[in-house]
This record gives sequence, structure tokens and C-alpha cells, in this order.
Amino acid sequence: MKKIILTAIAAALLGTGAMAEQVKVGIASEPYPPFASPDAAGNWVGWEVDMIKAVCAAGEMDCVITPVAWDGIIPSLTSGQIDAIMASMSITDDRMKSIDFSDKYYNTPTVIVAAKGSGITPTAEGLKGKVIGVQVSTIHQDYAQTHFGGDAEIKLYQTQDEANQDLVSGRIDATEADSIALDAFLKSDAGACCEDVGAVADDPAILGLGVGVGLRKGDDALKAKFNAAIAKVIADGTYEKISKPYFASSIYGG
Amino acid sequence: MLEALLNAFPNLALLAWDPPGWGANLGRGLANSLQIALGAYALGLAIGTGGAFGKLYGGPMTRDLLAIYTTVVRAVPELVLILILYFAVTDLVNQGLVSFGYDRIQISGVAAGIAVLGVVQGAYSVEVIRGAILAVPSGQLEAARAMGMPPGKAAWRITLPLMLSNAIPGLANLWLIATKDTALLAIVGFAELTLQTRQAASSTKAFLTFFLAAGLLYLMVTLVSTAIFGRIEKWARRGQRSGGAGQ
Amino acid sequence: MGAARPTQRGGRSMIELETPTRFWQTHRIVMAAIAAVVVLACILLLRWDWLPKYLPLIGEGIWRTLWLLVITSFLGFFMAIPLGLAQAAGPWYLAMPAKVFCTVIRGTPLLLQLWLLYFGLGSLFPQFPAIRQSELWPYLRQAWPYAIVALTFSFAGYEGEVMRGAFKGVPGGQLEAARAMGMPRFTILRRIWLPLAIQRALPTLGGETVLQLKATPLVATITVVDIYAVASRVRQDTFIVYEPLLLLAVVYMVITGVIVLAFRWFEHRVPSRVA
Repeated sequence: MKKIILTAIAAALLGTGAMAEQVKVGIASEPYPPFASPDAAGNWVGWEVDMIKAVCAAGEMDCVITPVAWDGIIPSLTSGQIDAIMASMSITDDRMKSIDFSDKYYNTPTVIVAAKGSGITPTAEGLKGKVIGVQVSTIHQDYAQTHFGGDAEIKLYQTQDEANQDLVSGRIDATEADSIALDAFLKSDAGACCEDVGAVADDPAILGLGVGVGLRKGDDALKAKFNAAIAKVIADGTYEKISKPYFASSIYGG
Repeated sequence: MLEALLNAFPNLALLAWDPPGWGANLGRGLANSLQIALGAYALGLAIGTGGAFGKLYGGPMTRDLLAIYTTVVRAVPELVLILILYFAVTDLVNQGLVSFGYDRIQISGVAAGIAVLGVVQGAYSVEVIRGAILAVPSGQLEAARAMGMPPGKAAWRITLPLMLSNAIPGLANLWLIATKDTALLAIVGFAELTLQTRQAASSTKAFLTFFLAAGLLYLMVTLVSTAIFGRIEKWARRGQRSGGAGQ
Repeated sequence: MGAARPTQRGGRSMIELETPTRFWQTHRIVMAAIAAVVVLACILLLRWDWLPKYLPLIGEGIWRTLWLLVITSFLGFFMAIPLGLAQAAGPWYLAMPAKVFCTVIRGTPLLLQLWLLYFGLGSLFPQFPAIRQSELWPYLRQAWPYAIVALTFSFAGYEGEVMRGAFKGVPGGQLEAARAMGMPRFTILRRIWLPLAIQRALPTLGGETVLQLKATPLVATITVVDIYAVASRVRQDTFIVYEPLLLLAVVYMVITGVIVLAFRWFEHRVPSRVA
């Protein structure tokens, strides 16, 4: 009996996985505007979504955008539920131990946002005794725990949106994240409460070398494809065209 | 009437079906939730029936293995099981396939969700079905045997109908658990109702509106299912004396 | 409860009777050997080097999980008593709200209730300056009060339903006898009805507590750092996926085992049904 059921399950699973040529590109299922967020019609929109489409077109890959929980996005890649990660994931040494990365496709500074007039500065002294909210599994969690963990309380959120929401609610005193994501929040109605208090001191070992496509170790053919496609998108002006509606200046970074 | 409500509470406009309302997203989420719940429930019943017979009539080995399965699954939080099964099992399947020279397979979110929740449901339904079979009065079966009814026919005509009426309250409960457990798949990023709600809520900042709306949807599912199961139970108990049935 | 105490002793010998006479049958020895090999393989082949570094955090996490479990089960149970009583014997204006409460709690996922409280209600509070300036704000600011409220309500909702049945199931003769003796209504409730109902609900309490334990990890999604959150943190810091999850499963199984044994012991201490 059990065997029959198991075979049936296996058959069902195998049946759904017949199309092998597709590249499943994982994005975080948590909204991360302006890079990727669902709209009211149920479509994913944002700069990174446009970028995925452009890169896949340039590399002639049949991509399927697959939302995965950010917290489990690396296990999803290594266990084969997705083939690539394009979810604003920074290239860091820690992550390189478990997965591979393509060349970077953007790089922006990390900033701290706090309530207006709070007097908070982006340093350990400036954040002493405060509560900082960060998104789990991010370089910002790592950075906050390493540099501010001794002086401030670190609260972990599943999404940056929820950390922002709690900043508005006054449950946390500050949040640390990518400058562009926070810029979008500050420009919204809810963001009126708060201001950018500056970039944190750089720590390349933690903050990484920019955002790249996460790939399974040993998937070198796919890596080469993505690298070529990213280079092409940048060279032929598509990158600039995609960025224009979203950003005032280029976010490719140095 | 809906129009008036929408005007009275500007937030409710967010629930409208067409964009810029997010109603369609919630609808899709609900459909996904129900699809997974149905699949998992069916898989759970299959496991449960097999497991119950194994526990009652199987050899000592089968019985012990089943005991381990039901104990472990019922002792570990569903959330942890979902993470373990979702990541580890797909990984193991793929590693197995690769080592046997096959290509990796991709497991769709729906299939993985159904498999994971089905395994959890199975552990509970084993106990429900086993209890229901045990509660069939032995006199009934003895009577059937005395009349010369073959065992297969006795199982179909006597045990199954009598067991069904005993099992239905437990099975109804399991179905309700299945619908609510689909919410846990939000943690692994599957776009069921709870995750859709959360995405809509955090995109619009109307947390209360969306969570209340989703709560209402879940509640409706529960109430409708309860009514349906009530009907089924009445049907299954037809011909039995009311009140003193069995227990 | 005092009245029933003298019959307490007899329960003890039951425990000895329950232990199986021949546990170590041949196939069990084989299975235990296989299990030992699997455990050994897990210890030797998987990565556990992170364990010493996170041990203090793990201890804290387990402590917080247990603390949440105990507090919310207690509070929930005490809330379940009036909920059950109102439904079993209360006037309609008490019975109705109690029934609605139980139906809503049981009819919606706990995860959603938790998020509704924390993100929904929680984001509403700070909009009122009165709340923000009040002495409650330092608590409302944190996540654990919301976790406690949600888990307590959940336990009360499920156990309230059980208590309703338990109150209804107390034999009417007992209550009639008390009334005939001229006992005041409240004394009947306190001395006869409530103890008998609790006694009837007791066998379900163990199961409900295990279910409550299994609900606790959900609080990690609203920033409460329980054992589940610690395991997630290990995964996020080290990118080790399976080992923390395995550890979690073991921790929860051990706690479940303790709960089951504790309730079994407790049930033997309390006299079984008189009827």
C-alpha cells in the first residue's frame, strides 16, 4: 500500500517536472519595492523584474519568475526548486561558501533611516540603546549584528516592508537597508515620519561586492550565460533604458 | 450595497475585484489554498486508510514503523516539518536522481505543498480511521460472518458504512485543519491566501483591512465545510438510532 | 476538588501495569540498531561545529518557548472556563459572544490572527498619541504581548469548546442533589460543577497542550525570538540548512514527550471519573 502511494507521489512530482529547459529565476516573495513587488493585478513589477526579463532575453533563456520565501531562497536554489536567484542578493564570502554568483548587476550603499529629529547617527555610539530593525538573512542583518549588536537591540523581520511599518509605528528606532529601497519608502506617505541619517561605514567583507545572480555551485554553463547576458544588457543600452523610469542616476555603482 | 460600503470606508475599495483593488489576488490565493487543502486531504486519507489497516492488521514491524511515523509527525510543529520536507526531501530526491544519472527534476510549489501537508494529515487520519474501525461493534461483524457473508463483502457492506459514521466528525476536523494549515505554506513563499494577504497588506499599508478580509474568507470556508460535513454525517448515520449511536 | 481527595491513592499501580511486558522483541532490537546507526551517522557526517557558539542562544530560545507555552496554556485554560460555562448554561447574551469567539478562533489560521494583532492592531495603536504617551506603550511596542494574547486566545478558543462539552456532560443528578441540599448557586458551581467538568476535560488537556507547543514557533514571524527563531538565525548566519532543523525537531519531540508524561502522571493523581 505504502509503496503504491509513494510511487504515485513520485510519478506526480516527476510529471510536473518534465520541462527541463526552463530556467526558474527565484525572486523573494516578500515585496521589495522598487526592485520587485506584486501589483494589484497579481503581476510582479519593478526594476529587478524588468532586469530579469532583459537578461533572459539577451541570453535567450526561457525564464520563469518564481517567488520564493527570502528566508529560504538559498536552500530553494541548492535543493533545485529554482535555478537562479535574482533578488537583490549581494555577493558575499559567506554566501559564496554555499552558492556561486554571476558578475554584479548593481551596487548601492547601505544607509540607516530613523525618525525625524531622533539624533541617531549611523555609528555604534549613535545607535547605543536603540532598537534596529533589519530583514532576516540579509547583509544588513549581518552588518547590524556585527557592528551594532553589542550596543543596540536587533530585531529581525521577514520583510523590509514590515520593518519600515514598525519604524512608522515607533516599535523600532531605526532600520538599516539598501539606500534605494529605503529611498522609495521615504518618498511614500508613510515615510514622512522618517529621514535618511546617512550611510554606514563600509565593510566589504560583510556588505559584499554588489548584487549578482545566485547560482548553484558547479552550474558553470548557466553562470557563463548569465555573465554574457548581463554584459550585453549593459553594453547595448538596455540597462540604462530600464533604469530611467525608476532611478535618477545609474545604480550600477563602482 | 457593496457600492455604499465602498464609499463609506475608502479602505474597502482596496478589496475591489479589479485593479487597483486587490480582491482578485485574494481570490487567487483562496483558490490556491483550497487546491492544496483538497490535495493534501486526499493524500492524507490515502495514507490514513493504508496506515490504519497496517496498524490494525499488519505485522509487528509495520505497526512499529507506523507508530514512529504518527508519533514523530504529531510531536513536531507543522512549520518545522514543512521546512524539513520542503527543502530536505526535494534535495534528497534530486541528489538521488543525479547519482542514478537522471536529470534534476523541478518540483512545483503546489506538488510540494500537497505532499508536505498530506504527510502531516496522514499521521492524524491514521488515528482517526483506526479509531473508527475499532469502534465498529464486533457483534455486527460476527452477525455478518454468521450469515455466511464473505470477508470482502462484509468489509464493504458492514465495516465501511459503520466506520464512516464514526470517522466523519474526526475527518471533518482534519479537513478544517488542512484548510488552516495551508497558511503555513506562506512561510516557504507559496502564494496561498495568507501570503497574498500579507503582500497586499504590506504594499498598501492597509494591514487591518486585508487581514480581516482574509479572516472572513477562512471563516466562510470553515462554516460552509462544517455545514457540508454535517449533511454528510446525517447521511452516513441514516438508519442508526439517534443519540445512542456507538459511543 | 477537596471532596474527592481520599480516593487518590489507587492510581499509582496503573503505571506499572501499562509498561509493556516484552518490549525488546527481535525486530525492535534490529530497528533500534538501525536507529542508532542513523543517529551516529547524523552526528558524525553532518556539521555540528556551529553548536557550541549558539548554545547560549539555543538555551534562551528553549526557555522562551517553554515560558510562552506555560503562560498561554494557563491563561487560555482560565479563559476557557467562562467561555465553556457561558455556552453550556449562560443566557443568550453571554452564550452568543462566547460561541462567536470560539468559532472565529477555530475557523481562522493562527498565523493570520497573529499578523492581524501585531501588524493590524499594532499599527493602529501608535496613531493615537494618548496610547503612545501612556505607560503601556513600552509594552505595546514589543512583540511578546501580542504573541501571548494571540496564543492565549487560540488555546481558549479550542479548550472553550471542550469545556462546553464538559459542563454539559456533568450528570444532572449531581447538580440536583446539591440544589436539594440547599447549596447556593455559586457554591454548586465552585464545589461540584466546575471540579467535575474539569475532571472530564482533563484527558484532552494534554493533547491541547501539545498542539499549543506546536503553535508557538509561529511567533517567530512577529520578531519574538523563540527556539524556532534561533534555529532560523543559525541557518541565516551559517547557511547550514538541515542540521538546525533536525535539532529543532528533536527539541520539540523531547518537550512533547515531557508534556505527555507529565499529563499521564497528573491524570493518575486525580481520581478518574466517578460515574
